[in-house]
Amino acid sequence: MTRTAIAAVIIAVLSLAVPWVITNDYYVNLASLILIYALLALSVNILLGYGGMVSLGHAAFLGLTGYCVVLMVLAGYDQLTTAIASVIFSTACGALFGMLSLRAIGIGFLMITLALGQIVWGIAYRANELTGGDNGITLPARPMPFGIDINSALSFYYFTLIVFSLALFCIWRLTRSPFGASLMGTREQPRRMSMLGHNVWMIQFITFVIASFWGSIAGLLYIYYNLFMSPHAISLQQSAEALLMAILGGASSLLGPIIGAAIITIVKNVVSTYIERWNILLGLIFVVVIMFMPNGLVPGCRQLWRSIQNRRKGRPPPAKAASEPAA
Amino acid sequence: MTAPALQVSALNKRFGGLPATKDISLTVMPGERRLIIGPNGAGKTTLFNLVTGDLTPDSGSVKLFGQELTGMRTPVRVHLGLARTYQILTLFSRETMLHNVVLALLGLDNLRWNPWSLLTGHSHLRDAAREALTQVGLADSADRIAAETSYGERRRLEFAMALAQKPKVLLLDEPLAGLSHGERQTLRALLDKIPRDVTIVMIEHDMDTALGFAERITVLHYGQVIVEGTRAEVVADPRTREVYLGD
Repeated sequence: MTRTAIAAVIIAVLSLAVPWVITNDYYVNLASLILIYALLALSVNILLGYGGMVSLGHAAFLGLTGYCVVLMVLAGYDQLTTAIASVIFSTACGALFGMLSLRAIGIGFLMITLALGQIVWGIAYRANELTGGDNGITLPARPMPFGIDINSALSFYYFTLIVFSLALFCIWRLTRSPFGASLMGTREQPRRMSMLGHNVWMIQFITFVIASFWGSIAGLLYIYYNLFMSPHAISLQQSAEALLMAILGGASSLLGPIIGAAIITIVKNVVSTYIERWNILLGLIFVVVIMFMPNGLVPGCRQLWRSIQNRRKGRPPPAKAASEPAA
Repeated sequence: MTAPALQVSALNKRFGGLPATKDISLTVMPGERRLIIGPNGAGKTTLFNLVTGDLTPDSGSVKLFGQELTGMRTPVRVHLGLARTYQILTLFSRETMLHNVVLALLGLDNLRWNPWSLLTGHSHLRDAAREALTQVGLADSADRIAAETSYGERRRLEFAMALAQKPKVLLLDEPLAGLSHGERQTLRALLDKIPRDVTIVMIEHDMDTALGFAERITVLHYGQVIVEGTRAEVVADPRTREVYLGD
């Protein structure tokens, strides 16, 4: 516990110091982008890692929030009302999507979320009058929360960091809560959970709504960051990428999706300027990680660390540890 | 006259063309210990699944203390006081034994909807779970991972999870399956200690242990009740000998 606390403090200090270490605005913005994708990956991982539900439509919540924000601001609403209404709208859509997709489990669930995500994408792409179609639409300006200007890369980074930290704390509490325990129970033994008096459907539904809420918050940050919304931001590839971030980092841990988001975002944005075929590199990273650490980087490194320590202390390596829970 | 703890009337369930239960009717009074026996495939576990709501009957009704259960989802039935154990261990094997029981307790506690408080902060759950584990003699193993304990211990954990819920009607599906003679005696002693306000319906093949425990016995064969009565009546009945006890 204390080790976790120390790690948390170190990470907090590092995140605060990021803009002082890398003074280049481009990289500060990249750090903001990593946090935004990390939140998206964390939110889809509530479903994937803790609930065992694979959703391929999670980017829809980026889009629902993003388009709603732009359209409301263009219609003349103030930023605060817009932000709240957009998140409520997107989360309500999440409730509807949850109701529809939770009629099935496993592959069926995945296919329905995929279809719903594609419907949102299709509307964004086709409804030219409303969404600007393929050209997208532009948000005129970032909001000024509490009168603070967040237009510079530095101030926006801190704004994102604050929102992200709050979200991370809430999600951490969720995973340690009675509800979180029930959720993880339904992942392992749904039938038993229902025989113990748990309403499995309701647990999964509430989880879906919570995941879409945090996905919507990520969407809010996303639109403030880009000031632009287009169908490309919410394509199937985006949904799949969010899943891959979680799986790469380790779906069973809270840190995993954050690490996964950082790696994928950096490869996509930085390495791609040096290596033309960066997709191959990303694919290679995946193959290597999945081969050597099938549970993802974070659980894999933890296990490695443990076995190194055991060897150093001259203890015999423990019997193959029970694999970390992964979806 | 009090309502029966469990009343099953004319229950039918077919799997495709195969009838798993045919017009099963049985009445279990409060506090009773009922044993259900029958050869493999007689429909014993199907009967349990119909009572708990895991399966939906094609026709017939199930009543718990006079309340109709048909159409009710499983968790609602559990909240009315129904609990069961499984023939095939159904545990959260990567969690500690204590956590397994905590999940059982959470099932009946409104706390289970709380997404904010820390689970470890609710000491009443932990204390109650420890107590349930102590009841079955697993107090020392509480913090061990379920998968790393012995089969006998896991059987008792399965039992502790059901007991922790303080059910009114407890369905035990072969609670002694796969246990050594010594372990059977231990579990049998545990069964005897369950207070009389709990009604128990048990499926069991081990006659030595089970016959002594039950007051009334129901014999199922091909999905039908063929004999029902007191221990002596059932053992003496030629049909029992024919289908079950062997010639």
